[in-house]
Amino acid sequence: MQVGILHSISGTMSISETGSVQAEKLAIEQINAQGGVLGRKIETIQEDGASDWPTFAEKARKLLVNDKVASVMGCWTSASRKAVLPVFEQHNGMLYYPTFYEGLEESPNVIYTGQEATQQIIAGLDWVAREKGAKSFYLLGSDYIWPRTSNKIARKHIEDKLGGEVVGEEYYPLGHTQFNSVINKIRLRKPDVIYAIVVGGSNVAFYKQLKAAGIDMTEEAPLLLTISVTEDEIRGIGGENIEGAYACMKYFQSLENENNQEFVAAFKEMWGDDMVIGDVTQAAYLGPWLWKAAVEKAGSFDVDKVREASPGIELASAPEGYVKIHENHHLWSKTRVGHALADGQYEVVFETDDLVEPDPFPEGYQ
Amino acid sequence: MTKTSFLKRDEAVGLVILALIIFVVFPVMLDDFRLNLFGKYLTYAFVAIGLVLCWGAGGILSLGQGVFFGLGGYCMAMFLKLEASTPEATAIQSTPGIPDFMDWNQISALPIWWQPFNSFAFTLVAIFVVPAAFAFVIGYAMFRRRVSGVYFAIITQAIAAIATILIVGQQGYTGGVNGITDLRTLMGWDIRPDGAKTTLYFVNGVLLFVCLLVAMAIRKSKFGRVLVAMRDAEDRVRFSGYDVASFKIFIFCVGAMMASVGGAMFTLQVGFMSPTIVGIVPSIEMVIFCAVGGRHSLMGAVYGALLVNWAKTTFSESFPELWLFGLGALFIAVVMAFPNGLAGLFDDYIKPRLRIGRAAPATTPQPAE
Repeated sequence: MQVGILHSISGTMSISETGSVQAEKLAIEQINAQGGVLGRKIETIQEDGASDWPTFAEKARKLLVNDKVASVMGCWTSASRKAVLPVFEQHNGMLYYPTFYEGLEESPNVIYTGQEATQQIIAGLDWVAREKGAKSFYLLGSDYIWPRTSNKIARKHIEDKLGGEVVGEEYYPLGHTQFNSVINKIRLRKPDVIYAIVVGGSNVAFYKQLKAAGIDMTEEAPLLLTISVTEDEIRGIGGENIEGAYACMKYFQSLENENNQEFVAAFKEMWGDDMVIGDVTQAAYLGPWLWKAAVEKAGSFDVDKVREASPGIELASAPEGYVKIHENHHLWSKTRVGHALADGQYEVVFETDDLVEPDPFPEGYQ
Repeated sequence: MTKTSFLKRDEAVGLVILALIIFVVFPVMLDDFRLNLFGKYLTYAFVAIGLVLCWGAGGILSLGQGVFFGLGGYCMAMFLKLEASTPEATAIQSTPGIPDFMDWNQISALPIWWQPFNSFAFTLVAIFVVPAAFAFVIGYAMFRRRVSGVYFAIITQAIAAIATILIVGQQGYTGGVNGITDLRTLMGWDIRPDGAKTTLYFVNGVLLFVCLLVAMAIRKSKFGRVLVAMRDAEDRVRFSGYDVASFKIFIFCVGAMMASVGGAMFTLQVGFMSPTIVGIVPSIEMVIFCAVGGRHSLMGAVYGALLVNWAKTTFSESFPELWLFGLGALFIAVVMAFPNGLAGLFDDYIKPRLRIGRAAPATTPQPAE
């Protein structure tokens, strides 16, 4: 039985997507070591999306039509997902998509193993308002759909639910490296919180320039809250440049539970001791396990049956803790706030009591 | 120039062989999936043919052909997206009836410049006129000032970079980095099933031959000769009283229109359009297709586009972790071993043995500029 892995292993996105590939391969190896799925060993067919959206579509078609894979673990950017979506819907494939993303989508052919925007954003904003008394926010991000949609939700929540104030909202092109003007504006307007959704290489410039401008995040004046910097990104930024910032997502490598300790140990054994594991990598690891559980519940590899069996699938062995597939194909999961340490890891300072319900089309936030 | 001498015998044979390959061999040998892929490769052949005219014949090296490819592709994508965005299909949005990405970006009405793309006739005209007009502006600005050679190449490359940044930055109007996705029907005809893709493949093939014949006609015309003369000794042509800039602008516009038609066919066959096809890297790849095929040979351009893209797909399927090295090696091999590409290889080694046509040393390869 074959499963496809479709990520960029060349081009600009390969730095981000490599962790996902590694996690998926680890999960499949572990599944095979336990005897496979329905008694059958799982083989992987890996394709390179090459950070190029038409190539993603081409390879998705190849995996579904030629190789007839049972499911595909893959994609990272929203753009690549949007490119393959019509292919999966036309050829009735099943995609396990690991990245936290903007929501506004609910395809019968995708299981979203990362968080959609409201899951990631609301708990974090509530936490800074409650614990840190934050009232004014400066929103900034890279200029594409995810940061824009996320900030739209954040602004609504800040203004309508928290009674706070947004004192600035700005976007910069992907790859932008000059943040001095926004840093000056931040110093002028003195927000309680800088809410940053900068992605990719821009992060390195942004945090270094913040520090160089004398904004010491450990003093929390202003406090920095991000939803885009995982342990993977910190490797590029440098722990000392982001120490003191807060991140809000569902998983941190430092999570203390047995599942996670086993997962981190197995990951490092397979891929090397210097590896770090970020939120998306963990979400990618869930894909093959969720698929296995659904196949076993359905008693079949047939996509329609797997889809039907998926809602309600539980995974108690997830490194992030218990997760469950919602009717809308997203996961119920906890949201956590991490405090960045100088060694590049996060210390978990808060987690929601209950699982947060995924709501890809949030009422009142659009 | 009389009609009978329009095609030399070996050219006619070449065209027939190419037609057989495209219309018979591929459809018979390949399954639906591969045929669709080859259809995609052939859309790049339009660009490569345009480049043979501009670069091979005219000596104008453009590293920004992706922009024109993209203009055609986006024109077609805008039309298809509007057709797919009926109020019923988009009922879930805050503003039904506009493309989904506009809704995500809090735009609540269709921008004025999108409105004409409700008309298919307008779209077809736009596919030719928009890139031609844009190429005219660039050409006018550059060639009138006698900007040429490397400087022109660098400026076109900058334009490709600017176009990408513009498209990505204006995501509410262009779909941003995601591009325009989820295209469904063309005037009610569903373009997604395999049958439709096969039809589109043949439409694409026919258009490619039209394009090829137009390019051959241009090459053989008096105009084509002036073009070659310009490439080899621009000053002499100018001193002979020719308006060099106008000739260059014209051929640059023709190349742009050909790229644009390719782009429109790309959108139809691939099902979406995105800025990754507009930027510097794809634009340079397009020059590589042309170089591999042989930049003096129109038919070589088609083979070049096919070979490079096929190699790209095959290498990346067989060696997902190493394929870029294989592709790099191919390009180095082409430049080092046979600088005139596949066509040069054919002329030097195969043609003398076949003895087709008269031995024609007149097509001596020119050194690179």
